[in-house]
Amino acid sequence: MGNKGKSEYIRKLYEQQSTLDQSIARQMMNSERLAFATSQWRMMWRKFVKNRIAVLGGIVVLLFYLIALFADFIAPYTLQQRMDQYSFLPPQKIHFFYEGKLQPFVYSLEGTRDPETLMKVYIPDHEKQIPVRFFVQGESYKLMGLFPASIHLFGTEEGIVSVMGTDGQGRDMFSRIIIGSQISLTIGLAGVALSLLIGAFLGVYSGYFGGWIDNLIQRMIEIIRSFPPIPLWMALTAALPSHWSPLKVYFAITVILSLIGWTWLARQLRGKVLALREEDFVLAARLSGASNWWIITKHLIPATMSHIIVISTLSMPSMILAESSLSFLGLGLRPPLTSWGVLLQQAQNIQVLLLYPWLMMPGFFVAISILAFNFLGDGLRDAADPYTV
Amino acid sequence: MIAYIVKRILGMIPTLIIISIITFIIIQLPPGDFVTSVQAEIASSGGGMDATAVEAMRVRYGLDQPILVQYWKWVRGFPKGDFGYSLEWNAPVWDIIKGRLMWTFLLSGLALIFMWIVSVPIGIYSARNKYSLGDNIFTFFGFVGLSIPDFMLSLLWMVFATIVLGFSASGLYSPHMVDAPWGFTKFLDLLNHLWPPIVIMGIVGTAELIRIMRGNLLDVLNQQYITTARSKGLEEKIVIQKYAVRMAINPLISVLGMQIPKMISSSIIVGLVLSFPTIGPIFLRSLITQDMYLAGAILLLMTIMLLVGNLLADIALAWIDPRIRYE
Repeated sequence: MGNKGKSEYIRKLYEQQSTLDQSIARQMMNSERLAFATSQWRMMWRKFVKNRIAVLGGIVVLLFYLIALFADFIAPYTLQQRMDQYSFLPPQKIHFFYEGKLQPFVYSLEGTRDPETLMKVYIPDHEKQIPVRFFVQGESYKLMGLFPASIHLFGTEEGIVSVMGTDGQGRDMFSRIIIGSQISLTIGLAGVALSLLIGAFLGVYSGYFGGWIDNLIQRMIEIIRSFPPIPLWMALTAALPSHWSPLKVYFAITVILSLIGWTWLARQLRGKVLALREEDFVLAARLSGASNWWIITKHLIPATMSHIIVISTLSMPSMILAESSLSFLGLGLRPPLTSWGVLLQQAQNIQVLLLYPWLMMPGFFVAISILAFNFLGDGLRDAADPYTV
Repeated sequence: MIAYIVKRILGMIPTLIIISIITFIIIQLPPGDFVTSVQAEIASSGGGMDATAVEAMRVRYGLDQPILVQYWKWVRGFPKGDFGYSLEWNAPVWDIIKGRLMWTFLLSGLALIFMWIVSVPIGIYSARNKYSLGDNIFTFFGFVGLSIPDFMLSLLWMVFATIVLGFSASGLYSPHMVDAPWGFTKFLDLLNHLWPPIVIMGIVGTAELIRIMRGNLLDVLNQQYITTARSKGLEEKIVIQKYAVRMAINPLISVLGMQIPKMISSSIIVGLVLSFPTIGPIFLRSLITQDMYLAGAILLLMTIMLLVGNLLADIALAWIDPRIRYE
């Protein structure tokens, strides 16, 4: 091979290489453009949807809130409706098929007393079926506290249908649990919303400005967090005057719950903002003359939005748990307000539990709602960082 | 190291002063005082108290004095271990609570140990078999354990013990054992009542610890010194135990500080449901009767317990991880 041949060969090699480089570069650009085309929220959504158990948790949470919204309609009875002849009725079995046809029914019940224990026992009359019908006329109520109505999703025209039994006053547990969910699930939301308001403001402020304000806020958080939560909540709720109206107590409990809740949120957001503060887009905004308020509300808060959502979801379980624990101890909400914790007050005594175990049912609703929120929050946390696999 | 510990302890003093003030304010929050709650109790049983008796009672307990004086009378005894006087029990606060504090301490400590014993091996297994069936099952049950309220678990255990095992799960001893002479059977009975609250309290935190342990170990296993250790032919067992776990365990110690308040809270609720002689039942009672020095001392002592726990966790971390610098 002569000198010319050699240089020709090199040039050829070079051309091959450069076309290869170009095609790689083109591919990279394409994929980059693709990455740009997908917004961050969409990436998070994609990652979230892949996590089946988190999606399931989300669906359950959604379902719970839907049920709470239409609770008075779904519940066959109202909150305080007493059926004295059916006190401490064990959960009834609903039979779905009548002579091969789909026709839900329950057996009529005959209440007598056990001659030995004097306990009330109910003997189903297998000759007499009471059909369970949909959209029956029942006690009147106000849907969402606004629209008067008297149609219930299901119910019977005579006798009783009680899938989770009744309490000592003959009130249907299922109806009370469903309607009680309104308070149990909203007090968590309200508590988180309030914590968010305080925590997001103070956390972002603290992280953005630094200095002595930051120092003061951090000391405050340290002091609050040095109290163990349940004892502190117990002491504060015990201080609520007994003559306060239910609504006032509800709001007071919300405030007490968020008193500790905000500190966690503020800590997390402060850390996030401390990092974001040094980013170029904040500098750019400042150089273009944006005010601090503008930077915080238009840049920093949206940038931390995904974290705010994750933290709020993850703080829901502790709020629900705290409310039900306090109410269970008799310190939180009190009747006539009805939450799951209040319903569980009657299940404190072991003798009562052994005789009427269905009074524990509200506890399972507490557990399921907390589980659903935990799964949802965990999935959201993973999804909030869509760049790591 | 000693300088660090001394500095930390000195740093706690201002915090303690502020906390004692806040505690006193919280305890003073309810309208009325101990005398009003006594009056209400007497009135509810049909009796009555005349005004001079009420006043005399207030004077005797020093409830007629200004708040600041009351506060000062309360805190000045602390350095001597005097936590005030319980109005309801007519005894020094310390005498009433010291035994209960011991049980709270014992239960919380044992629950923490239980959590570690359970979660560290599971965390290691889960990290080494990522996304395996076992990993998923442990994660799932961890979440379930995390989600069942501790009072609910206590109730379920009581029902289960009574119906299935046929023994009374509440209290320290079975009813027929309470007056029995101290012996091996009584000791066994005590153990039988002791482990359920520990397990119930431990279950709540286990899921979190498993998760942290698993995550840390996964991070550590990706690091180069692990690859080096493997490539030079070290046994996998040694790589995991001596190299990886040793590093991955540090963050577990730093979350100890977050676990302690949960354990204290949990010991109160579990103690209340299982009528265990923890601080819980007496705290609830003191809050309801407005026995303010007792309630205040309990809240304060639990806060101190938390602060000391945090301090110990920090010291342990500094001791175990030489990279941590104490300034």
